[in-house]
Amino acid sequence: MTSLLTIRNGTAAPLRTIPILGAVEFAEAVVGAPARGRRVASLFALPWGTSRAPHLAVVLAHDDAGVLECGVTEIVGHRFASMTESCPEVHLFEREIAENWSVVPEGHPWLKPVRRWQTPNDTTTAEFFQMAGDEIHEVAVGPVHAGVIEPGHFRFQCHGEHVFHLEIALGYQHRGIEGALVGGPKKRTIHQIETLAGDTTIGHAIAYCQLIEALIEEPATARGRTLRAIALELERLANHVGDLGALAGDVGFLPTASFCGRLRGDLLNMTALLSGNRFGRGLVRPTGVALDCEPARGQMLLERLHAAARDIEDAVSLLWTSPSVMSRFEEVGRVTTATARSLGLVGPAARASGLARDVRAHHAGDFFGASPFDLVTNEAGDVFSRAYVRWLETRWALDFVRARLLGLPDGPIRARENVPSTLGASLFAVSLVEGWRGEICHVAATDDGGRFLAYKVVDPSFHNWMGLQMALRDQQISDFPLCNKSFNLSYCGHDL
Amino acid sequence: MAYPAEVPALSDRYLGRPKMDVARCGADCQACIDVCPTDAIVRETRQEGTMGAGKVDERTSKALRIDLGRCLFCQECVKACPEGAIEFTGNHRLAARTRSDLVVEGEAKRLFAALDERMLRVFRRSLKLRQVSAGGCNACEADVNVLNTIGFDWGRFGIQCVASPRHADGLLVTGPVTENMRAALLKTYEAVASPKLVIAVGACAISGGPFSGLGAQNDGLGTLLPVDLYIPGCPPHPLTILEGLLGLLGRIEHDAPP
Ligand code: SF4
Repeated sequence: MTSLLTIRNGTAAPLRTIPILGAVEFAEAVVGAPARGRRVASLFALPWGTSRAPHLAVVLAHDDAGVLECGVTEIVGHRFASMTESCPEVHLFEREIAENWSVVPEGHPWLKPVRRWQTPNDTTTAEFFQMAGDEIHEVAVGPVHAGVIEPGHFRFQCHGEHVFHLEIALGYQHRGIEGALVGGPKKRTIHQIETLAGDTTIGHAIAYCQLIEALIEEPATARGRTLRAIALELERLANHVGDLGALAGDVGFLPTASFCGRLRGDLLNMTALLSGNRFGRGLVRPTGVALDCEPARGQMLLERLHAAARDIEDAVSLLWTSPSVMSRFEEVGRVTTATARSLGLVGPAARASGLARDVRAHHAGDFFGASPFDLVTNEAGDVFSRAYVRWLETRWALDFVRARLLGLPDGPIRARENVPSTLGASLFAVSLVEGWRGEICHVAATDDGGRFLAYKVVDPSFHNWMGLQMALRDQQISDFPLCNKSFNLSYCGHDL
Repeated sequence: MAYPAEVPALSDRYLGRPKMDVARCGADCQACIDVCPTDAIVRETRQEGTMGAGKVDERTSKALRIDLGRCLFCQECVKACPEGAIEFTGNHRLAARTRSDLVVEGEAKRLFAALDERMLRVFRRSLKLRQVSAGGCNACEADVNVLNTIGFDWGRFGIQCVASPRHADGLLVTGPVTENMRAALLKTYEAVASPKLVIAVGACAISGGPFSGLGAQNDGLGTLLPVDLYIPGCPPHPLTILEGLLGLLGRIEHDAPP
């Protein structure tokens, strides 16, 4: 078996300890990963050595063992053999590498831009998968959609209502974040991280801070970690509850839709009680958190949570007992376990297709304290399943936040006020966080001056957009909004 | 929610309109300017003031201004200031009609004017907006969306987001205007019938926010479109957005203290 460097979530290792594999060996490690119980958490190009020539770098997650495995290989002559045919979960990573580094993954079955269109702004110049036939028609939607939502372009191949295939073209939200992070940390870095995907401010900020802590060898304090875990679950609650309401709205079930709209606001306001900002900006900072939760504040939070928990239970339970809702949720937008596994789906979308994947269960260390974690899965893989998994997670999070508020560890909220502007030199670190959409993966390498040589972000949406495309196969086009909402993926998190 | 008759209680940690006491600034101190992530704090040397021509008033020459269009409300300046000269108050009224009115100084009174009579006749009771996210992180979008919910319910003022620019009276834009969205944004603007309004929501749409200067974006609406209303924040609180819109439509009083 090939030897890879084994590290744990939130730790760093010297760059030189990462094994440089031969191209064949590297491909074997990646392609063979699923069979060995690993999945690809990140695959990217890393400037290597004094020449800074791009090398392929992979981070495999071995969930059962709770470890991560890393390796690199040289890209020779600006090309490498594509692994997508035998390991579909790398399909988008390879396209991204090709685009960012002008290298060719030879034999990639669908090599096209990820974020940088040939003619900026114009998806019409891009190639889309097309079907032929007298009665086949194509539906094009976006980038500007009907609702208040981020931009993306959707192409459906249809026969009447029936969708054979959906292809999604993104990139409209590309702001160039990864490029901006190189050379950091700078004074803007944390703000760019917090706005990387605004509805996941806490999740990405924790991922970043864990990385910094690994690179300066200064862990977050116990109280800081607990407050982060609380904020992370509040973020999950706001989004899960909001989306359950939005799903109800998409099938015209207004009681739950209206209630949940309000309850989501209540949950965001709980985050604002902690941080001043409804999305938690300014709360999570390296080595802990910037703002404390004093006893009176904790008490107020508990009271609000108690009230919200009751209302959430009432509002959401209506869904599962209303035949008109269930008949629209069940057997719509199904993603099989096999498809989910081969695409490398993460988060509730993976768990709703029967995959037991959750950073909180496998890679969290003591982040969640002593609280027992329930990893919930459901086999069905349909809209109902994704909604129901999120409901079970909502319940767990409500209990968890209340329990942690009652048992906040004493001590400082962070270990140091200011982070040094230079980090440990020539290190490599990986940080995973289970955001509400799924696994957030940040990887950083530092140069010999202790600055970011490379910073790779994988938002869960990057893994999951293909899942939505598969969910639409053989569905009615009128079910698209429902399927879309059941994933509710991030555009800016994908586009970076 | 009875807004605007009553203002709901915001978090005690909410950061709204800043105020500065420049009299406290040390002679050569620029701690706030150095830490600000978006270069939102500017210092101007000015010759005016109470001390007459030719003489420079030490204090006014240090006049600090915060550009709310760039500010992320991160409070780094507050922490950095050795004199406690900067404070962020709980005042959510931040919107402005012109870019320069976003640059605030001391406790200066907020400048704001509703649309003119002709425009008010058209839009006062019914304002339909097409939202365009052009690189927004989904926080501004979410806090616009929440105005639809039963709490804020902007429908009671005749405000609504509509699906087609053809049905809209204007655009509500979020995000720094990514290069990949520029054409789509301009086309959407063209598709709206005149007279039309443009509303910039959030630091990104106003100035590029945390992404200003990056090549893949345009530092906000800037010169791309004429902006009628700027709503600062990262993201602005929903109340700030609603207050700005109601102000624009002449449906809220603006003579309250800043
Ligand atoms: S609060 Fe605003 S002005 Fe102060 S440092 Fe942050 S971005 Fe700059």
